[in-house]
Amino acid sequence: MAKPIKKKRIAVPEQDPKARIHNFNEVALGYTFELAKEEASRCLQCPYEYAPCIKGCPVNVNIPGFIKKILEEDIKGALEVIHETNSLPGITGRVCPQEQQCEMNCVMGKLGDKINIGKLERFVADYAREHGIMAETKIAPKNGKKVAIVGSGPSGLTAAADLIKMGYDVTVYEALHEPGGVLIYGIPEFRLPKDIVHYEVKFLKMIGAKIETNVVIGKTITLQELIDEYDAVFLGTGAGTPKFLNLPGVNCKGIYSANEFLTRINLMKAYKFPEYDTPIKVGKRLAVIGAGNVAMDAARSALRVGFEEVYILYRRTREYMTAREEEIHHAEEEGVKFMFLVSPVEFIGDENCNLKVVKLIMNKLGEPDSSGRRRPEPIPGTEFALEVDAVVFAIGQRPNKILYQEVPELKTTKWGTLVVDEKYRTTMRGVFAGGDAVRGEATVVLAMGDGKRAAKAIDEYIRTGEWPEEIKPKTF
Amino acid sequence: MFEIVDKKVLAPNIKWIRVKAPLVAKSARAGQFIVLRLHEKGERIPLTLFKWHKEDGTIELVFQEVGKTTYELGSYEPGDKIMDIVGPLGKPTHIENYGTAIVVSGGVGAPIGYAVTRALKEAGNHVVSIIGFRNKQYVILEDEFRKVSDELLITTDDGSYVRKGFTTDVLKEYLANGGKADYVFTVGPVIMMKLIADITRKYGIKTDASLNPIMVDGTGMCGACRVTVGGEIKFACVDGPDFDAHQVNFDELLSRLTEYKEEERIALDRYVKGVH
Ligand SMILES: Cc1cc2nc3c(=O)[nH]c(=O)nc-3n(C[C@H](O)[C@H](O)[C@H](O)COP(=O)(O)OP(=O)(O)OC[C@H]3O[C@@H](n4cnc5c(N)ncnc54)[C@H](O)[C@@H]3O)c2cc1C
Ligand SMILES: Cc1cc2nc3c(=O)[nH]c(=O)nc-3n(C[C@H](O)[C@H](O)[C@H](O)COP(=O)(O)OP(=O)(O)OC[C@H]3O[C@@H](n4cnc5c(N)ncnc54)[C@H](O)[C@@H]3O)c2cc1C
Ligand code: SF4
Ligand code: SF4
Ligand code: FES
Repeated sequence: MAKPIKKKRIAVPEQDPKARIHNFNEVALGYTFELAKEEASRCLQCPYEYAPCIKGCPVNVNIPGFIKKILEEDIKGALEVIHETNSLPGITGRVCPQEQQCEMNCVMGKLGDKINIGKLERFVADYAREHGIMAETKIAPKNGKKVAIVGSGPSGLTAAADLIKMGYDVTVYEALHEPGGVLIYGIPEFRLPKDIVHYEVKFLKMIGAKIETNVVIGKTITLQELIDEYDAVFLGTGAGTPKFLNLPGVNCKGIYSANEFLTRINLMKAYKFPEYDTPIKVGKRLAVIGAGNVAMDAARSALRVGFEEVYILYRRTREYMTAREEEIHHAEEEGVKFMFLVSPVEFIGDENCNLKVVKLIMNKLGEPDSSGRRRPEPIPGTEFALEVDAVVFAIGQRPNKILYQEVPELKTTKWGTLVVDEKYRTTMRGVFAGGDAVRGEATVVLAMGDGKRAAKAIDEYIRTGEWPEEIKPKTF
Repeated sequence: MFEIVDKKVLAPNIKWIRVKAPLVAKSARAGQFIVLRLHEKGERIPLTLFKWHKEDGTIELVFQEVGKTTYELGSYEPGDKIMDIVGPLGKPTHIENYGTAIVVSGGVGAPIGYAVTRALKEAGNHVVSIIGFRNKQYVILEDEFRKVSDELLITTDDGSYVRKGFTTDVLKEYLANGGKADYVFTVGPVIMMKLIADITRKYGIKTDASLNPIMVDGTGMCGACRVTVGGEIKFACVDGPDFDAHQVNFDELLSRLTEYKEEERIALDRYVKGVH
């Protein structure tokens, strides 16, 4: 029975760029049920063992499976298929770099546009949430064992959910006043509405997780105290420590890490100052150094708080930018300007060190470096000045060390990430870790996948008591 | 939520509160601080731990009303609740028996100085406390300091109490008169700490300063609190707040503290108008 092939992707309604740079509402409005069915009907339903989309997804969501359920108008069924491997579809559907994962090798790509898997996944989660549809959740009877989770980012939340379902008593400790990790303090509202994160956290509480905010493990409670009190501990502490370049003038006023800039705006709601107490300084021109998701988020947030002109300054060329395609596209639509092959060399302030100028140098691309990307090399004599009121560093982050500062037994790599083996076991018995804390800056779905696999390993450890003599480091 | 159980006004605009925060009270050590947020719309601000009591799970804080958040906190009464308190944060002050230790505190640095003084005393040091205030009205914690110091030298800027002069004058005289000093700890206005460091540098006395940059999270995540120490960028909330005073770039710290002056004024004006 030959179905007509629909080559074109069904467009996702979006807020108009001119309007949206004045608000923090979500940019992509998402599919309606009708549009979702239409997009779903384009899927060729490749067999499970073969489907390249499933192979491309880090948590192997059964994509043709849930798409089929959408066509059958069985949203509860679709949600349950997704939940088999992914408990946060409202989040991953929005923030996964789909073009490098599930959608990369979609067969439809050979005939026309690839299936918009991300937006379909998001549709299922949103429709279910808005209509009070819940996936059947089987929770095993309590087994009397306790697990502590440190950090409430996607890795911690996922590990917590899975362990509760296995019958464990789970407590999540979070340093900030609100749970969610980067999902709350980093990724802006216009890309991931906070209500969605709140909903997931509420669900976790509903199935029995205890969440203790305002507790810094290593300070408020020591890791050893957790080890003594719990049967196992999972560290999902992320990679939240920002890097700066130690250039002249780097501590002038008006220079921020992306984390500070985004935390003020997202977590502390500085865009509502003075109704909210936390301020952000708004000037005319802002430049972001870096070209990943974090950089795009900072640039687009800057427009929304009122900067008139926003630049992305990147030391390589367009094709090396690491941000999601959708983010780059949205940033361009909103009027963010891109400057390639430039690196900052100095920041110049006025007599009170209020930032006025960033001095840049032009680069050319040299030989590929260890990451396989061509290395930027400064061209002498090409320095020039860009007048700015603010600069945001988005050049990468290191793991938060607040926890391990005083725990020498926890071995780290030369990048500061925690050493773990293939079962996410750290060098301390009973202590597991996953997410950005072991990978360095990675993605939400990889952090989630780690949380899931670590939960399995934790269960195995608590049941068997087995722990290896030596931890064989896994490389990520 | 964290309940305020007791409150006192120590001097004009300087208030003392005792708050229920059992987890903080259990782990606190001298030199550490907490970050609090009063309510849903509040800002996160750091305050140093003055005293803490494991037995009843309370902590004591002393703060000066300087802007919106501290004024608002000053309006809270026993029974009122603070939404968030996280801590203890920062590295505890390094305490050992140096021999003779001098603690120089200025103004509202006094509560921090007090906690460190007590810890140094308990470690067996001969402790000389130098505390300075604007004038007689602002003298706080005198009795407290007396209990934990071997010598207590008080000064006021205008001479309205004990003597006239700054803490720097007192330290200079003490050292010039052959006073012994194996270690100096200083906390207070940035400019004072800078001048204290200049004095002790000449004498080659190891000196730590407790720095107070603007902070947001207090857990090493934002870099708002960065300071330059020995040419390197450090985050005061996790690498400090204490640093080798001879290595600190105090001018930079002074400048960074003024970053939000304009916004702070707007917030305070709006608050004062709303209240009155
Ligand atoms: C601005 C920004 C945009 C991004 N955009 C995307 C995107 O579009 N798509 C994507 O896939 N990924 C994106 N990422 C990356 C992604 O968010 C991370 O890979 C992911 O959140 C890592 O999850 P995690 O659970 O390991 O840690 P995190 O989300 O970092 O959470 C760690 C949590 O642990 C807490 N914590 C740390 N130490 C302690 C302690 N000692 N005690 C208690 N709590 C502690 C922290 O406060 C934090 O809440 C982005 C990141 C940023 C910063
Ligand atoms: C580690 C640490 C410990 C501290 N301990 C205490 C304490 O025990 N008692 C106490 O009274 N204060 C303490 N402070 C200072 C206190 O955090 C600030 O006074 C407070 O953040 C001001 O908030 P606000 O909204 O009331 O005023 P804002 O409106 O934010 O500021 C008003 C004025 O205060 C100045 N200011 C702002 N932030 C700071 C700061 N971090 N340090 C010094 N001046 C500042 C501004 O320059 C401005 O002139 C500490 C600061 C740090 C970093
Ligand atoms: S989790 Fe991410 S990669 Fe996997 S199917 Fe969903 S959007 Fe695609
Ligand atoms: S590869 Fe594309 S067409 Fe095939 S099942 Fe996956 S989404 Fe459908
Ligand atoms: S206050 Fe954010 S890093 Fe120190």
